[in-house]
Amino acid sequence: MTSTAHATSPGTYSKILGILLALTVLTLSAASMDFGAGNVVIALVIATIKASLVALFFMHLRHDKPMSAVIFVSGVATLAVFLTFCLLDTGSRERVRPPNATPAASVRR
Amino acid sequence: MSVAAEPFLQHHFTTAEQQADAGKIGMWLFLVTEILLFGGLFVGFAIMQGLHPEAFLQAHRHLDRTLGFINTVVLLSSSYTMVMAVWSAQNERRKRLIVYLLLTIAFAGVFLGIKYIEYSHKFHEGLLPGRFYHHAGDTVPGQFMFFSFYFMMTGLHGLHILGGIVAISWVLRRAIRGDFSHKYYTPVDLVGLYWHLVDVIWIYLFPLLYLIK
Repeated sequence: MTSTAHATSPGTYSKILGILLALTVLTLSAASMDFGAGNVVIALVIATIKASLVALFFMHLRHDKPMSAVIFVSGVATLAVFLTFCLLDTGSRERVRPPNATPAASVRR
Repeated sequence: MSVAAEPFLQHHFTTAEQQADAGKIGMWLFLVTEILLFGGLFVGFAIMQGLHPEAFLQAHRHLDRTLGFINTVVLLSSSYTMVMAVWSAQNERRKRLIVYLLLTIAFAGVFLGIKYIEYSHKFHEGLLPGRFYHHAGDTVPGQFMFFSFYFMMTGLHGLHILGGIVAISWVLRRAIRGDFSHKYYTPVDLVGLYWHLVDVIWIYLFPLLYLIK
């Protein structure tokens, strides 16, 4: 721990803060324009870049022992599986239903 | 190695480094449970927004983007002062450590103050969760769902800010007492990790709640 203590300087932290604030302005101005279905993607990509900067620099994952990153990434991956499968489920319910079936009959066997 | 040289080394650890690493692993495991706790709310939000896009779009217009933006800036700044507090502890700058911890607490207070202004506006307008929702003049039904998520997510996040203030105050007390050195600053480090995670959660909450299209 002490060996990695001086790896990041206050100047780097200031620069990261500057980038984070700039990205916040960017996400706000992107929200005032219309990219159709891309809106939510753009917002989430910017948020993920910001979160990664916080994790890598402020939370020291960049210079930390790999164990911390392994724990963190496995948590995020679990959440990604949770989210993906829930959305695949709710997003595909209409399509697997036979077109001529009544809603109630298609749900119960 | 004498006991006096390592005043905070617990007897079940061999070295201070081992103790610090163990603490760090414990903290990261706790942070993962926090990610999954908020994750459930995020997944619920995504599902309900997918099912009722119009209601969520209309409802989110009641939020004040400017206040949300200011709070994002405040929280990012608090993350910066927190990481500078950790740096000050690592480099044994006790005065700077105390100042940065105080600044972090101050930013957290500003965040909660702005949240209070936002909440009282919502309360006043009847923009409340679930069956308590009684906002007049809605053209799109089902907007109570958005506010159920809004209050649960920002409320849980706000509780974490409150918890963070308590934790940082505890670190501040120990910093004033002179507990920390470049050999021992784990409490500053771990409370810092927690504080940054609370920031990361807000980084996602801000665009998802305030900037819906």
